[in-house]
Amino acid sequence: MKARVHVTLKPGVLDPQGKAIGHALASLGFGGVGEVRQGKFIELEVAETDPDRARAAVRDMCEKLLANTVIENYTIDLA
Amino acid sequence: MKAAVVVFPGSNRERDVCAALERSTGRKPLVVWHRESELPDADLIVIPGGFSYGDYLRCGAMAAHSPVMREIKERAAKGTPVLGICNGFQILTEAGLLPGALLPNRTLKFHCKDVHLRVESSQTLFTHGYETGQTIRVPVAHHDGNYFADDATLDRLEADGLVAFRYCTPDGEVTDAANSNGSARNIAGIFNETKTVLGLMPHPEDATDPLLGSTDGKPLFDGLVSALAGGR
Repeated sequence: MKARVHVTLKPGVLDPQGKAIGHALASLGFGGVGEVRQGKFIELEVAETDPDRARAAVRDMCEKLLANTVIENYTIDLA
Repeated sequence: MKAAVVVFPGSNRERDVCAALERSTGRKPLVVWHRESELPDADLIVIPGGFSYGDYLRCGAMAAHSPVMREIKERAAKGTPVLGICNGFQILTEAGLLPGALLPNRTLKFHCKDVHLRVESSQTLFTHGYETGQTIRVPVAHHDGNYFADDATLDRLEADGLVAFRYCTPDGEVTDAANSNGSARNIAGIFNETKTVLGLMPHPEDATDPLLGSTDGKPLFDGLVSALAGGR
């Protein structure tokens, strides 16, 4: 099955890239855009077919490598 | 003193740090490729600057999980001093040997220039060649040098005297303007709890020869030699 992992900066962690994107959007004339936060999207092919076990394995991957939990949160979607 | 310099694919400051170590020790350090799972016996382990693994995923994230890092963690736990410079600092935080993380500079620009640092304590293996409160001038060359940790961690670092260096003005004032990468509390380098692991973003190894414009980094290496040489 496929696991889709979103990694996002925790609230309160400065995101200069998100800020720059926000400024670029404003200079292109897009109004009404508030704070912009940039994250990462990682798609994994996992051999495990049991959803609970797959989720547990991907969570372990997130904790150990895919996310830095000092500064980032992550969410896992299985499909 | 026997020093081991660990090299990853994408490291690029190993020659600088080897030259700096040789200037202070009079002997060439051992250079260890990252695939080695056994480190040679060494009095000091250095992780140099560069862009290990092309900064994939996060700066230092890949190197932090390479085979040699397991051995470095074990040595560090036994008290072998570890010095991580620039990308080496990023690797040490990713490996959990130092708290916090390095975010992109708040300017979103690569900073390549000399900065001033205030030495926060001279009572360590790494900094006893300086006076507490001394200002030194050394270069930085990084894009992700913006030190981040939560407030509880920062408070603990300060309370335990684990902040090694802070960005400051030439007069030694710790101001926001002197903190161009946006680091929390102007932090440029930190120690672990036993002060045997030091990570810092600036490059003291590139300030060890008059030709390089500053020798303010040399007391760090000289100090390590006098602390660790033990007649060797």
